[in-house]
Amino acid sequence: MPQVTYILPDGTETTLEARDGDSVMETAVKNGIKGIIAECGGACSCATCHVFVDEAFADVVGGPSILEDDMLDGAACDRRETSRLSCQIKMCADFDGLRVEIAPKQV
Amino acid sequence: MSGGILIIGAGQSGMQIADSLRENGYTEAITMVGDELIPPYQRPPLSKAYLYGDADEESLQFRNEKFYADNNISLVLGDAVVGVEIGTDGGQATTASGRVVEFDRMALAPGSTPRKLDLPGAELDGVLYMRSIADARALKERWGKAENVVVIGGGFIGLEVAAVARKAGKNVTVLEGADRMMARAVCPITSEYFKNMHERRGASVVLNARIAGFTGDSKVTGVEMQDGSVIPADIVMVGIGVLARTEVANLLGLELANGAILVNEFSETSNPRVVAAGDAVMLPNPTGADGLVRLESVQNAVDQAKVAARTLMGEREAYRALPWFWSDQADIKLQIAGLSTGYDQTVVRGNPDEDAFSVLYYRDGRLLAIDCINQVSDFMAARRCLTAGQTIDPIAAADSTVALKTLITA
Repeated sequence: MPQVTYILPDGTETTLEARDGDSVMETAVKNGIKGIIAECGGACSCATCHVFVDEAFADVVGGPSILEDDMLDGAACDRRETSRLSCQIKMCADFDGLRVEIAPKQV
Repeated sequence: MSGGILIIGAGQSGMQIADSLRENGYTEAITMVGDELIPPYQRPPLSKAYLYGDADEESLQFRNEKFYADNNISLVLGDAVVGVEIGTDGGQATTASGRVVEFDRMALAPGSTPRKLDLPGAELDGVLYMRSIADARALKERWGKAENVVVIGGGFIGLEVAAVARKAGKNVTVLEGADRMMARAVCPITSEYFKNMHERRGASVVLNARIAGFTGDSKVTGVEMQDGSVIPADIVMVGIGVLARTEVANLLGLELANGAILVNEFSETSNPRVVAAGDAVMLPNPTGADGLVRLESVQNAVDQAKVAARTLMGEREAYRALPWFWSDQADIKLQIAGLSTGYDQTVVRGNPDEDAFSVLYYRDGRLLAIDCINQVSDFMAARRCLTAGQTIDPIAAADSTVALKTLITA
């Protein structure tokens, strides 16, 4: 199972094994990681699962869709170059070792 | 009697109550009783991603087993409370399987159940509803072979299923009893857009539909209209609203309003040891406007649960969250923020013909709510504006070349 590491706003890190096909958001929420809220449960409707993807993975993960891009514009925390909504990143073998920083403000 | 909190219902709201209690530092026992067999899961994808095959049952679950164990949340699944007594020092509940749970306080988050059609043939195989994973499985089992899908009820659930069915190449007819679709949730402009949108994607939409019953021996084969015509159907998906589940509330003799559990802004019921949250509840309008509302939404299930959890811990925090809703139909994302009840003016921003526009609702010149159709920037801006108690000038809002977020004023 591919691993994903979450960097919390306080700097602590947690690494989890993700189920193939589960999103980065789902993996966090199922394990009780705080900071990713995901009000809408992964429908790309709320922008409360905002993460900054580690630059080393930015290319392999890719950028947001147009709709996700607009949602990120309205996110509670100013976006950065590698901002994504974690509900839209589905884990797979290619993403093994992925690191994401959880945006400090979600609502 | 011992301490602890008994949560009735293992859906989105019950889950959130348990989660919030632990997050806020509650250390006594938490027991959650649900009548379904799997741990709490997300319902919204059942009529969308699950049906498309983009999500499976495991992916829908809110938390993994370890979370419940680590947080000492006891899940009692496939069971239901059938007897309950509450005294001056706590209460005791008995479940159908004979389990006895003692508690200090109780939280009701029983959710709702689909309103059933009472028409000849409604019991035929293939006449389906959508609420639970069992409902979704029943639909999916029949999905592959079905050519003709009839949706009864032009609300969110029915239209979501209709959109998935069209995408799968099925013949789709939507029967709506009213003179427009989603009439409770949106204004005629938005209703009209969605009717056209579904028709452009190949669905037949019948408004003011009058249904006589269903044809078929054991399996449904068609929907018979009052004019005698029959619409062929291998699947009939009925989405005509939901009824609050009040079984346990009735055992306790709690006060109801319009068939739902009445609570105040602290999620307190008429029994001081019992709070309630979610779909089954009638609550004071959380926008601060007068009157009681029922909010059947994920947002309400979550935000009201947080208020209920605070109340259970003796911290009173009035419920003041902005209601919001969404529905994904085909490639169209509808997002609604605020409650439009009582509006006296609408402003259209953008162009419905281009599948991208918003409708802003005003009362006395102040923004009440917004419907956003593939306009997530407008949604995010309006949500922020309404949450802060601010407004947007209606004349300025009509100019879609100017970003809505730059127009927010006190």
